[in-house]
Amino acid sequence: MASVLKAIRITFKYSLPVLFGYIPLGMAFGFLLRSAGYGPLWAFVMSVVIFGGTAQYLIVGLLSAGASVPQVALMTFLLHFRHIFYGVSTIPKFRGIGAVKWYLMFGLTDETYALIATEEVPKGLTKTQFYTALTALNHSYWIIGGVLGASLGSLININTKGMDFVMTALFTVLVVEQWKAHKIHLPAFLGFGVTIAALLVFGADNFLVPALIVITAVLLIIRPYLENKEARL
Amino acid sequence: MSDFMSSVLIIATMSVVTILLRVLPFIIFDRADREVPGWIRFLGKYLPPALMSMLIIYCLRGLSFTASPYGIPELLCIALAAGLHIWKGNVLLSIGVSTVLYMVLVQAVFA
Repeated sequence: MASVLKAIRITFKYSLPVLFGYIPLGMAFGFLLRSAGYGPLWAFVMSVVIFGGTAQYLIVGLLSAGASVPQVALMTFLLHFRHIFYGVSTIPKFRGIGAVKWYLMFGLTDETYALIATEEVPKGLTKTQFYTALTALNHSYWIIGGVLGASLGSLININTKGMDFVMTALFTVLVVEQWKAHKIHLPAFLGFGVTIAALLVFGADNFLVPALIVITAVLLIIRPYLENKEARL
Repeated sequence: MSDFMSSVLIIATMSVVTILLRVLPFIIFDRADREVPGWIRFLGKYLPPALMSMLIIYCLRGLSFTASPYGIPELLCIALAAGLHIWKGNVLLSIGVSTVLYMVLVQAVFA
């Protein structure tokens, strides 16, 4: 128990940006869900078993429209397709982690993945402790936000407009951290270039899947070049 | 079918597809009896910086440069977050200051 508390205490600091992002985003989901006639218990269950913002915002519309199972499956597949790539690139980091690995895989949201991919395991914690605490903390923020939103409905009216920028700021900071961690910066430029091109070509609703495929394909194609360059540094 | 059951079915479908997408890469490519293949170690190293860049663009996907405020609050605050982080290297400072400035900008200045 002491070690669990210690893991949470040390990890909390790393999860703070996600706390400030997930509570308002979760609440926005809760409000939306409430307006469609679903209460806090529904918000709780969805946030526990789905744990994905993009799909959960969409589910409100799907519930109201009484969407079919294949329709829901396809939409979820497209929206969460990027998580496949998070999984593939996290395999080396999750080596040697026990049964809790199943929970960590499930918890690979954008933000949790970004932190795990970038942050070094802090001194005094094992990687299992750090990743588990991080995932569980982030998950709990998301659940709390959703339940709060669905409970309060439109009762409260805090002006949180613009607070979602916390996620953009988090990714910005992680770009800088990744930049510092690597000597070769081509992948970072590739990410920007391909994603912007895909956004222009496919539009804001459909660009992620082609962007992911092209980024990964180009990386694999230029792998000999990058590894060669790496060896000469 | 009742509304309750159809809601449960929709939630379960979304959950199962999400879990599969997150878990399948490990089931397919992560074989405990083997070394992690070279191409996966390579992607483990170079996919993260590319995907962080992608996620920033993803956050900005709704941005318009042709209508007021022309993306100024976003670009300004991203530059501030990056600048602060290169300078001080303190995650909470970089994120906190840039987010507060962004909220001020969209609520008061460009409202």
